[in-house]
Amino acid sequence: MLLATIPLYVQPYLIILLTTILMYVILTVSWAIFSGPTRYISLASAAFFGIGVYTSALLGKSLPLPVVIVAGSLFSFILALCIGLLTLRLRGMYFIIFTFSISELMRNFLLWWETTMTGTVGRWVIIVDHMTVYYIILVIFALVLLTAHLIRRSRFGLALRSIGEQEEAASHIGINATLVKTITFAISAFFMGATGAIMATKWKYIDPRIAFDPLLSFMPVLMAIFGGTGQLFGPVFGAAVFAYLEEILTTKFPYYYMLLFGSILIVVILFLPHGMVGLVQKWLKGGLNRQNANP
Amino acid sequence: MRILEGEGVTKHFGGLAAVHQVDFDIDQGEVVGLIGPNGAGKTTLFNLISGSLPTTGGEIRYKGKRITGLKPHQICKKGIARTFQSAKLFARMTVFENALAASLFGTRRAISVSDAEREAAELLDFVELSPVKTALAKDLPIANRKRLEVARALATKPELLMFDEVMAGLNPTEVAQAMELIAKIRKKGITIFMIEHVMKAIMNVCDRIIVLHHGSKIAEGTPEEISTSRTVIEVYLGE
Amino acid sequence: MFVTVLDVLIGGLIMGGIYALIAVGLSLQYGVGRVLNVSHGEFIMIGAFATWSLYTLLGISPLLSLVICGPVLFMIGFLIHRTLFQYLRDQSESIGAFADSSLLASFGLLFIIQNIALLVWKADIRAYSYLDSSVSILDAVFAVNRLVALLFAVVISSGFYIFLTRTRLGKAIRAAAEDPTTAQVMGVNIHRVLAICFGLGALMAGFAGPLISMIYEIQPTMGLEYTIIAIIVVVLGGLGSITGSLIGGFILGLVGSVVTYFDAGFSLIAYYVIFILLLLIRPTGILGK
Repeated sequence: MLLATIPLYVQPYLIILLTTILMYVILTVSWAIFSGPTRYISLASAAFFGIGVYTSALLGKSLPLPVVIVAGSLFSFILALCIGLLTLRLRGMYFIIFTFSISELMRNFLLWWETTMTGTVGRWVIIVDHMTVYYIILVIFALVLLTAHLIRRSRFGLALRSIGEQEEAASHIGINATLVKTITFAISAFFMGATGAIMATKWKYIDPRIAFDPLLSFMPVLMAIFGGTGQLFGPVFGAAVFAYLEEILTTKFPYYYMLLFGSILIVVILFLPHGMVGLVQKWLKGGLNRQNANP
Repeated sequence: MRILEGEGVTKHFGGLAAVHQVDFDIDQGEVVGLIGPNGAGKTTLFNLISGSLPTTGGEIRYKGKRITGLKPHQICKKGIARTFQSAKLFARMTVFENALAASLFGTRRAISVSDAEREAAELLDFVELSPVKTALAKDLPIANRKRLEVARALATKPELLMFDEVMAGLNPTEVAQAMELIAKIRKKGITIFMIEHVMKAIMNVCDRIIVLHHGSKIAEGTPEEISTSRTVIEVYLGE
Repeated sequence: MFVTVLDVLIGGLIMGGIYALIAVGLSLQYGVGRVLNVSHGEFIMIGAFATWSLYTLLGISPLLSLVICGPVLFMIGFLIHRTLFQYLRDQSESIGAFADSSLLASFGLLFIIQNIALLVWKADIRAYSYLDSSVSILDAVFAVNRLVALLFAVVISSGFYIFLTRTRLGKAIRAAAEDPTTAQVMGVNIHRVLAICFGLGALMAGFAGPLISMIYEIQPTMGLEYTIIAIIVVVLGGLGSITGSLIGGFILGLVGSVVTYFDAGFSLIAYYVIFILLLLIRPTGILGK
């Protein structure tokens, strides 16, 4: 709404910045759709995003843009289904490590393949103007928010939370945990794939290191935790703040931003276990209590 | 009618037999107790029946049909519900949400959210938890936690309800209340299979008692028979 | 033919020895402390770079650096656990919550340590030559530094194994790894043991770093790869089994050497494939419970 009209007034630089911020927001919200309620920390985001990127690179020249984006989303969706059916038996640490390995395997394999087999490491992607990219990202953003909201409010969301709280009990009250987890994981992957497909056109040049960058797996986790996973707004807020910070820090303090990120992460873990949203909620509750205490 | 029967049910963990060649049968409408010293295999047997654990051998039948090998959610929808020894509640969800989840998913038929909400509210009334329905499950005292476990199990509309030490940790008043609740559930026509250590409850409530020791069934009979059985007394005193 | 086999074998044992060391380190931190320390590789990297600096600036032998880096990193690891992870442990509502928050905290450490290294040493690849001469055994030619590294890796691993199985502290550590609650009841000061274990993990990194720097090129971004290898070896050997990590390390090292012989860039991929298959088929690993 507001975001849709901004491009009419504002410089191109800001559009590009907003596009990047929205990318992170979508990744974080998608991540939180699955990992939020189930508490399974997935580090496969890079894998799903990267599939979208490569779909764009490989099919972009022969198929129209919308088809490419949907294709990228579907391929990610399918990969997520496979991973889910194979491995959602793995819990906790195993799941985290496994999802990370999938991303890294894909990155290293493609790197090896491109160098050894095809001879070119990078690929050129079709060019799309930044306004179109922005609007497409905006649409994906709206869709992912809507999906996240609908899931949260629905019985499906209740099932997810039950699984996250006590998986064994959840299955004993009739919830098919494997199915629910797998579908949710796949939905989350769908949006990541879509985002990857469109961002590839913005970057124009991609290679395995860019497409499957491990940071794309770590950052959504960080951002969601910073914002707080309890509410829908948490990941949006966390991602927006962090993405903006990243832009500023990488331009102004390119040599220090990892240090700052790491420090912020530790501070958040130590003192803000429920993220910023949790903090705000506590403040609000505290305010109400103080009001009620003084008649 | 035989509602549940087990034939030669066995479970090995590595080299250890936690449950060994146990036969049992339960008729519809009965209240059957399962007792035995700690480590006798009682909870393991429940886990085998509810599908939490796969059997190593033997067969379990519900209403004549084989259920060994099915997943817990499938067994639940067939009509078997259970509570857990350490109440596995959905801690950060409210009492109402705990019951609602079970109402929504526990049975095979499709149910609208408003109907499920109504049923959940009725069940919370039945176990006398309505006053606290907006409290978070993790904030409940132990007696209410047990009630919630029961409500959740009941929400899945079971024909057979398995209680795993539902009275553990309760004071005498609470034990008496639990016994009343069990009587109310029985009146609804639900068959009950219960693991308990609180002897008074078992003796007063059960029609029949099965005794396990080191994974094998060592005795079975009415409360009078069991309380006077030499084998059983030795097993308990010997521990 | 025989020469090639011997070459690959020795190469595998060298990598294996180093892998065993770093895996044992991670295993101690995770198996006992329940912290999956993803910054483990950064400690290794610091050890490697400190050795490089000590050698190129002060002429201190890398073998001597072993004795310096090890204990220093031990202290740093011990202190970090005592402060950061101990606090998180006390704060966490459950073991699962602690596992998550400690994992994220160690990511934070990863970023911080790597950035510090980048600031101090810049992003370039470094190397130095030490004991560069060669020696021939049975017609095959080997660099002395590689053989020395292998020797030290084996000695340290064996020494550590003996420490764990024969000494009182070692046994206390293993007891705490198996069953923390009982160990506490038996009088083991669990907080100190946990911090010591974390420190020992860093100690292993402090030993591995110098050895790696003797043989390979190093760069500040090398850490993550070693962390991943350590994780793979730990899972391969079986979570909770130190012996498993030792064995797993050598196995993976040999596999890596064989794969590298055919295609240098493929070893990491091979590790990942093995890892994924392992997680799907036998997550408990070779010696795990």
